[in-house]
Amino acid sequence: MSAQIFPRNANAIVWVSILGLVLLVGGIVAALVGLYLSPWFTDVGVPKAQPVPFSHKHHVDQLMIDCRYCHATVERAAHAGFPSTDTCMSCHSQVWTNSPLLQPVRDSYRTGDPVVWRRIYDLPDFVYFNHSVHVAKGIGCASCHGRIDQQQLTAKAQPLFMGWCLGCHRNPEDNVRPRDEVFNMRFDPLTLPLEERVKLVESYQIPTDGRLTNCYTCHR
Amino acid sequence: MVQPARKLNGSRLVRFAWLPLCLVLAACHVDMYDQPRYQPNQVSTFFRDGRAMRPPVENTVAIGSFDPDSALLTGKVNGELASELPVELTAELLEHGRTRYDAYCAPCHGIAGDGNGVIAYRGPLQVPSLHQDRLRTVAIGYFFEVITNGVNRMYSYANRIPPEDRWAVAAYVRALQLSQYADVNDLSAEERQQLGVK
Ligand code: HEC
Ligand code: HEC
Ligand code: HEC
Ligand code: HEC
Ligand code: HEC
Ligand code: HEC
Repeated sequence: MSAQIFPRNANAIVWVSILGLVLLVGGIVAALVGLYLSPWFTDVGVPKAQPVPFSHKHHVDQLMIDCRYCHATVERAAHAGFPSTDTCMSCHSQVWTNSPLLQPVRDSYRTGDPVVWRRIYDLPDFVYFNHSVHVAKGIGCASCHGRIDQQQLTAKAQPLFMGWCLGCHRNPEDNVRPRDEVFNMRFDPLTLPLEERVKLVESYQIPTDGRLTNCYTCHR
Repeated sequence: MVQPARKLNGSRLVRFAWLPLCLVLAACHVDMYDQPRYQPNQVSTFFRDGRAMRPPVENTVAIGSFDPDSALLTGKVNGELASELPVELTAELLEHGRTRYDAYCAPCHGIAGDGNGVIAYRGPLQVPSLHQDRLRTVAIGYFFEVITNGVNRMYSYANRIPPEDRWAVAAYVRALQLSQYADVNDLSAEERQQLGVK
C-alpha cells in the first residue's frame, strides 16, 4: 500500500486557491480600470497651479465677459488660444491695478515675455481637433468644457477619451444648439424638443452618414 | 576541451516562446502622445523668450494684410478718414456687428453704448458715451481707426478683430447711435399707433 501523498482536504484547498486566484486577478484588473478612469489619472476636476489664479467665475459669470474677448480665434481657427498679456491689460491697466495677484501679468507687459499658462485640456498629438467647425455647427463650449463659468480655478470637465468624441459624433442631435447660444453657458440643448434638434442637425448639414466616425476624421 | 555545441531542439525553443511578448511591451511608449513638433501655445526651450509661436519679425507685413490705398484695410481715403462704409451695408453685416460689439465693446461701453458697461460699473472705469454729438457726426472711418489703434486709455483691438469685422462694428455703432436719436416721424403709421403717439 502506497503512502497517501495528499491530505483529505486537498481538493478543497485547490478549489479555494483557484477561486482566490481568479478573484485576485479580477480585483487587480478592476483596480487598474478604476485607476485609469479616476481623476488621479484623468485630472478631471483637478485644477493646476497657474502663474495667476485666473477665475472664469469672476470674469465670465460675474462680469459677463464673452469667451471671444479672451479666446478670440475660437470661431476662426483650430485652436481657441490663450489671451495675450495685452488682453488682460486692456482692463487691468485701469482696474485692480495694484492687485499683487496680477504682478506676473504686469511684469510680462513690461518685459514682453509671455505669461506661461499650464494646459488643462491637452489631446495626444496623434489626434486632430478643430474648434471652428464645432462652433460653426452649433456645439456649445459648455457641451465639452462643462460649466467653466462656475469654476474659480480652471479644471477639466472631460477626460477626453475617444469614446466620448465618438458618442457625440454618432448622435450630434443630443448636443446641437442654435448658433447664437454657443457661447451661452446656461443654455441646455436638451430643453429643446428632439424634433427641433434633428432639424438643426439638418439645417447645419452635419453629416449623419458615418463620415464623422471614420478614423480618418480625427487621426489624419 | 571544446564543449559540443548545444543543439536547439523543439522543446527548448518552446521555453523561449515568452520572449516575443517582450516586443509587445517594448511597443508601449508614449512618444506618439508628445511628438517632436510644436503645437500652438506650446513652450519652447529653443527660443530665448520661450514662445513656440513666433511673433512676426519686426517691420514685416503678412501678404494681403497691407495696402495703403485700400479703405477697407486702412480706414482712410486719400489720407482722410473714410466717410463711407467700404463694404456693402446689409442686415447680416449689422447682425454680425452686433455679436462683435457685444463681445468686445459692451463690457466697457455697455450694450447700448452709454458707457455704463459692467467693467465701468464694477471696475470702476470712466468710459465715454458713444452718443456724444462729436461721435455722432464724426466720419465712420474714425471708429475703424479707434478699434485699430486704440485711443488714449483704450487699447487696440486690431489683433482680435479682423478688418472686415471692424467695419461691421463701426456700422453697428452707427445703428446704436441712430437708435438713441430716432425720430418719431421716421416710423410708419402702424408703429406709431403701437407706441401710442400720433
Ligand atoms: C478674461 C479673459 C477670459 C475669458 C472671458 C474667458 N477665458 Fe477661458 N481662459 C482664460 C485664461 C487666462 C486661461 C488660462 C488659465 C486657466 O487655465 O485658468 C483660460 C483657460 C480656459 C480653458 C482651459 C484651457 C486649457 O486647456 O488650459 C478653457 C476650456 C476656457 N478657458 C474656456 C473658456 C470659455 C468657454 C469661456 C467663455 C464662457 C472663457 N474661457 C472665457 C481667460 C479667459
Ligand atoms: C474686460 C475687463 C477684464 C479683463 C479683459 C480681464 N479682467 Fe481680470 N478683473 C476684471 C475686474 C473688473 C476685476 C475685479 C472684479 C470684482 O471683484 O469686481 C478683475 C479681477 C481679477 C483678478 C482678481 C484680483 C484680486 O486681487 O482679487 C485676477 C487675478 C484677474 N482679474 C486676472 C485677470 C487675467 C489674468 C486676465 C487676462 C487673461 C484678466 N483678468 C482680464 C476685469 C477684467
Ligand atoms: C467638441 C468639443 C469642444 C467644444 C465645443 C469646445 N472645445 Fe475647447 N477644447 C476641446 C478640446 C478637445 C481641447 C484640447 C485641444 C488640444 O489639445 O489640441 C480644447 C481646448 C481649448 C482651449 C485651450 C487652448 C487651445 O486652443 O487648445 C481653450 C481656451 C478652449 N478649448 C476654449 C473653448 C471655447 C471658448 C469654446 C466655445 C466657443 C470651446 N472651447 C468649445 C474641445 C472643445
Ligand atoms: C458635443 C458633440 C461633439 C463632441 C463631444 C465632439 N465633436 Fe467633433 N464634431 C461635432 C460636430 C457636430 C461636427 C461637425 C461635422 C460637420 O458638419 O462636418 C464635428 C466635426 C469634427 C471634425 C471635423 C470633421 C470634418 O471632416 O468635417 C473633427 C476633426 C472633430 N469633430 C474631432 C473631434 C474630436 C477629436 C473630439 C474629441 C476630443 C470631438 N470632435 C468631439 C460634434 C462633436
Ligand atoms: C472623433 C474623433 C475620433 C475618431 C473618429 C477616432 N478616434 Fe481614435 N482617438 C481619438 C482620441 C481623442 C484619442 C485619445 C484618447 C485618449 O487620450 O485617451 C484616440 C485614441 C486612439 C487610439 C489609442 C492610442 C493610444 O496609444 O492610446 C487608437 C488605437 C485609436 N484612437 C484608433 C482609432 C481607430 C482605429 C479609429 C476608427 C475606427 C478611430 N481611432 C477613430 C479620437 C478619435
Ligand atoms: C476695456 C474697456 C474698453 C473696451 C472693451 C472698449 N473701449 Fe472704447 N473706450 C474705452 C475708454 C476708457 C475710452 C476713453 C479713452 C480716452 O479718451 O481716454 C474709450 C473711448 C472710445 C471711443 C471714443 C473716442 C473719442 O474720441 O472720444 C470710441 C469710438 C470707442 N471707445 C469705441 C470702442 C469700440 C468700437 C470698442 C469695441 C471694439 C471699444 N471701444 C471697446 C474703453 C473701452
